[in-house]
Amino acid sequence: MLVSHNIKAQLKSFLIEIGELSLFTGRYFREAFKRPFEFKELLRQCYHMGNRSLLLVGITGFIIGLVLTLQTRPTLMEFGAVSWMPSMVSISIVREIGPIITALVCAGRIGSGIGAELGSMRVTEQIDAMEVSGTNPFKYLVVTRVLAVTLMLPLLVIIGDVIAIFGSYLVENVKGNVSFMLYFNQVFDALEFGDIIPATIKSFFFGLAIGIVGCFKGYNCEKGTEGVGKAANSAVVFTSLLLFIIDFIAVFVTDIFYDL
Amino acid sequence: MKENKIISNREIVLKIKNLYKSFGNNHVLNGFNMHLYKGENLVIMGKSGSGKSVMIKCLVGLLEADSGTISVMHNDITKLDQEALDILRADIGFLFQGSALYDSMTVRENLEFPLRRHTKKFGKHIDTNELVVEALENVGLANAIDLMPSELSGGMKRRVALARTLILQPKIILYDEPTSGLDPITAKEITILMQDVQKKYGTSSLIITHDVDCARAISDRMILLIDGIDYAAGTYDELSNSTDPKIKAFFKH
Repeated sequence: MLVSHNIKAQLKSFLIEIGELSLFTGRYFREAFKRPFEFKELLRQCYHMGNRSLLLVGITGFIIGLVLTLQTRPTLMEFGAVSWMPSMVSISIVREIGPIITALVCAGRIGSGIGAELGSMRVTEQIDAMEVSGTNPFKYLVVTRVLAVTLMLPLLVIIGDVIAIFGSYLVENVKGNVSFMLYFNQVFDALEFGDIIPATIKSFFFGLAIGIVGCFKGYNCEKGTEGVGKAANSAVVFTSLLLFIIDFIAVFVTDIFYDL
Repeated sequence: MKENKIISNREIVLKIKNLYKSFGNNHVLNGFNMHLYKGENLVIMGKSGSGKSVMIKCLVGLLEADSGTISVMHNDITKLDQEALDILRADIGFLFQGSALYDSMTVRENLEFPLRRHTKKFGKHIDTNELVVEALENVGLANAIDLMPSELSGGMKRRVALARTLILQPKIILYDEPTSGLDPITAKEITILMQDVQKKYGTSSLIITHDVDCARAISDRMILLIDGIDYAAGTYDELSNSTDPKIKAFFKH
């Protein structure tokens, strides 16, 4: 009886949160197209989010490229299909691994950062101070951050993809003595617009999810330092789950349009 | 008595009538009334959790009252649209309990922030640097202009927050616990600073505090907020000499 009551209460609070998140997203779209536009703050956020995540995304991409190639090579060799390595690696990275790994890294790096920053601003009344000074804090803090991460994530994904493919090339160069030109010719032969465009569109949605959830958790943070910790933590957990749901929907839709 | 009569002829700049505010079953304000005269220092005292901060947040539109009217310089703020409210807010300074300085900005940027939002009040071609330096000089912190809030002490943060409030040259300043969390010497310095500001700019001040020393030094008039209502009003001397046990409890040392 008690267990069933707890499940009901948790389900209710989850549904309430989903409802609040939907309203928050609706408000974001309404405010994003209204004047005044905070261009300076948007550029500052783009720089912070892009620049500060670049190293992490680069290292992760490089390792993923190396590992993927090292792990796949023996199996391909068994079938005498090592020459397919550039095609296989590039398609897997561009279509799936690059966007999702970059998004997960950014959910940890950017999403938690936004959650903690806005949460701490809420707790220390900085958001109230902004409102009292005649600034719309939603526009200044939320719209700029969400837009910045939505614009920056596809760029980070592209950079991550290139570095991952380069990592894969290094392994092939060392183990199979494949030249740079040969490897990348095969990569470009294998890749089509049907691989790149859906992945880029998907990355925009990943960025939107990271920004919206991070801002939602931080902006509605409970009072106290515990609330800030919770906001940062739940921003990462909730975003990660949402990223996989978006990924599933994106692959499903892509399948309809491009007949994978 | 004579003084009260003179005050009552003055213009009322802020008026609250029958203010109610609840959070679920927690009825915080139960028909609170008050008014603030032009140039007056009005202190509101109450126990922690009595609804002082809720009341002051309703005053600037940070919280929406359940019912009642709030008139600020003859504008009913419950009926203003967002744009009109933002314009009115330029005339209301708010000093937050924890200073609420933007910790990702320097002191200079903290002070410039509200100025850039109110170009209508000052014009687009204002010399922000001159105004920032002047505001910081008024609080004795001109040398802290390029520091980050994390590099300031509690008293310095409170002074910078006051400078940020003053930079818009407000007609009314709302102080939310201006001396809380400060040592007695710094608290006294802040009280003196508030008095200086009032003399220099002729602002009307609403001060929420439970610092009796601050209340005695600064108040022209006091209101005690008990059980969500304006339980008692009068000068410091009148209230401190009251025989009502609820009132006496505030003035026991």
